[in-house]
Amino acid sequence: MNNSLLIVLIASGVAYGTPLLYAALGELLAERSGVLNLGVEGMMLVGAVMGFWTVQRLHTNTGVALAAAILVAGLMGALMASIHAFLVITLRASQIVSGLALTIFAGAVGLSSYLGNDLNLADSPAAHTFNAVFPKSMQGWPIIGPIVFGQNVLVYISWGCVVGIWLYLSRTRPGLNVRAVGESPAAADTMGINVTRYRYTHTLVGGAFAGVAGASITLAITPQWVDGITGGAGWIAIALVIFAFWRPELCLVGAYFFGALQALAPQLQARDINLGPTVLWTNALPYVMTIVVLVIVSSGTARSRLGAPAALGNAYIREER
Amino acid sequence: MDAPAVSMRGVTKRFPGVVANDSVDFEAAPGEVHALLGENGAGKTTLSHILTGLYRPDEGQIALYGEPVEFNSPREAIDAGVGMVHQHFRLVSRFTVAENLVLGDRRGAGRNFRIDPGAIATQVRELGERYSLAVDPRARIWQLSVGEQQRVEILKALYQEARILILDEPTAVLTPDEADTLFVTVRKMAEEGRTVIFISHKLHEVMAVSDRVTVLRAGKALATVRTADATPESLAELMVGREIVVVTREGHVNPESAPVLEVEDLWADGDRGTVAVKGVSLTLRSGEIAAVAGVAGNGQRELAEAIAGLRPCAKGVVRVKGKAVHNGDARAAFQAGIGYVPEDRLGTGLSPTLSIAMNLSLKSFRRESLGPFLRLHAMRDKAADAIRTFGIKASGPEQETDELSGGNLQKVVISREFSAHPNVLIAASPTRGLDVAAVEQVHSYLLDAAEEGAGVLLISEDLDEILALNDRVLVMYEGTLTEADDRSSVAEIGLRMAGETPS
Repeated sequence: MNNSLLIVLIASGVAYGTPLLYAALGELLAERSGVLNLGVEGMMLVGAVMGFWTVQRLHTNTGVALAAAILVAGLMGALMASIHAFLVITLRASQIVSGLALTIFAGAVGLSSYLGNDLNLADSPAAHTFNAVFPKSMQGWPIIGPIVFGQNVLVYISWGCVVGIWLYLSRTRPGLNVRAVGESPAAADTMGINVTRYRYTHTLVGGAFAGVAGASITLAITPQWVDGITGGAGWIAIALVIFAFWRPELCLVGAYFFGALQALAPQLQARDINLGPTVLWTNALPYVMTIVVLVIVSSGTARSRLGAPAALGNAYIREER
Repeated sequence: MDAPAVSMRGVTKRFPGVVANDSVDFEAAPGEVHALLGENGAGKTTLSHILTGLYRPDEGQIALYGEPVEFNSPREAIDAGVGMVHQHFRLVSRFTVAENLVLGDRRGAGRNFRIDPGAIATQVRELGERYSLAVDPRARIWQLSVGEQQRVEILKALYQEARILILDEPTAVLTPDEADTLFVTVRKMAEEGRTVIFISHKLHEVMAVSDRVTVLRAGKALATVRTADATPESLAELMVGREIVVVTREGHVNPESAPVLEVEDLWADGDRGTVAVKGVSLTLRSGEIAAVAGVAGNGQRELAEAIAGLRPCAKGVVRVKGKAVHNGDARAAFQAGIGYVPEDRLGTGLSPTLSIAMNLSLKSFRRESLGPFLRLHAMRDKAADAIRTFGIKASGPEQETDELSGGNLQKVVISREFSAHPNVLIAASPTRGLDVAAVEQVHSYLLDAAEEGAGVLLISEDLDEILALNDRVLVMYEGTLTEADDRSSVAEIGLRMAGETPS
């Protein structure tokens, strides 16, 4: 029963969806503070390469190496995000242009490729990887075995993050403040909330999430480094935030749905089921998503109908004459 | 005598090119309603922004209850007990009333890391009952009327235990009835020992609500007088610096004159996809000024845009002199003789980076050009003429319009619309933000247009303006237009603005 197509699809949807989920949660935090960061793909790729580099070079036991890799990937993601934050918050540059520039600068055939090639990371498997934490016997339990107990630790942490971010945004004072900053920075400012600080913090934390998302690909899903390994996952993550109406719990559902879509083609092939060129459209998905994202973020009406934070994409200038 | 609640000494604030406040002295006592009176641009708002920590003064000292203070941020002013209700509300429209109140709060329930919506709601309800400012704490701001939103703003200040409360032109968005309720709340707050600083340029309000008045003109504080010793005339003279001639219109339209504009069952959508204009019909005769009153956001802008062809009508016909105008076609509309002075003069009315000459020819260059070439000389001459006849203060026809002041911008728009000798002139809030002198001029231009036989549709939120200029008063409320039976009864117009039909 655990080998039925549905169970396998859900289980691998959870696995493949996890990088999407981390990236989407990070983008959600930034966007809730009013900062649109289209550089997710770039930040993920830098996180992917630096996380991988850490496990290859750090000769300690698996746990320490992996923890260090996640830390490094997160820091690198935040570092990349700080470029965007400085440009759009302090210098008030266009968020769309700056985000695209970040993806081009850091992404495939950019900084991440340079780092990967310069550090000779290609052509070798990861020295340490994230594996399932629960014993084989538990993974064999019907239905919940593969779906719930067959996952690595990053998956369980991501569940914690979803709950944590949901509570943070809906139940805490800083959460209320960040929502106010994203909805109406002028109102937040008059109430004495430091708009700049909230935007910087959430953009940077969002970048760290994207970095971790990248490392979760190179250390858990395809434990190796190749150029452009994220394959457009960053764009899917941005689209996810939109389709999840900026709510973390819906990000989880969406991420697993897109994860399952990725797993669909190989699973169908393995079962000799021919549904025509499925691969074609699952592979085309990131490109379609890129277009969808760019159309939606450039159309003010579409954004406000979907319930985007009202000040998303706008720099805040305290009203001066 | 106790130390004054607010004492500002020699406060000066300069912005590039302007001195917004020039060595202003201002004092307000505890338990006092102190009006700050002045024209637009006199420096009232700047002064209040200095008191609330949004701006830092270049010179001068501020003391609250005798203690010198220096605010580096709005937060510090709030902590010192200064609250402000801004002219444009600073509310998060997707938040609930309660969430807006605890936002940034450091004293009450919002101080905790965890937020408990239930406890906040109770607190809000109690405050609302005490000051008769009833609002549902769980309602979201976008669901509330403008008057209710203002109550939330006042509650917000009270919730933060503001002892000094600044109201910036609070009645601009209210119906006359709502304004009266506001005055009751203001008096109540003053009786409790709070200081209320009431910013306004409307004399009758200042007379009605304040204990003392400080008059500002061109950034300087001219005088502080007790309201009881002042008359509206004496205050007006202080404010403007000379006597003002109030333009009034004696209705003398020939009821037999031909209708120039007929609108039949017009429906139009608003920007957010909601229906903004719901079946409006109206007839405008040659030489008539019909004034449309109403609180902003009841579909007036959409109606004007639909008639001017800037917004497609979902249903309905617009006829000029009996001929139907093509729906949603701005060029067809102005070729039919509809002149439009839009609310947003710099964005919709003019192209800010083009010269005055170019802007004046925006609607006529097709007729006046030589094939594909513009006659630049003729355009410049025409602009020079307009600058002279309309008294536009500009360096010349080549000056870019975004360098002009509000009044001069409006004159450019009006002179363009006038030079086409329109059959119908739609003027949407034509005097908003203008100083008294410019208002006078704009009003006389509108009268001239009617004199020349145009039908004028004046849309305004300023009741004084409407009462002065109308031949008929129409009231717009939630997309429908009704006609006031008695064109000079403020009470009736006020009721209709609030959506009630007087019996």
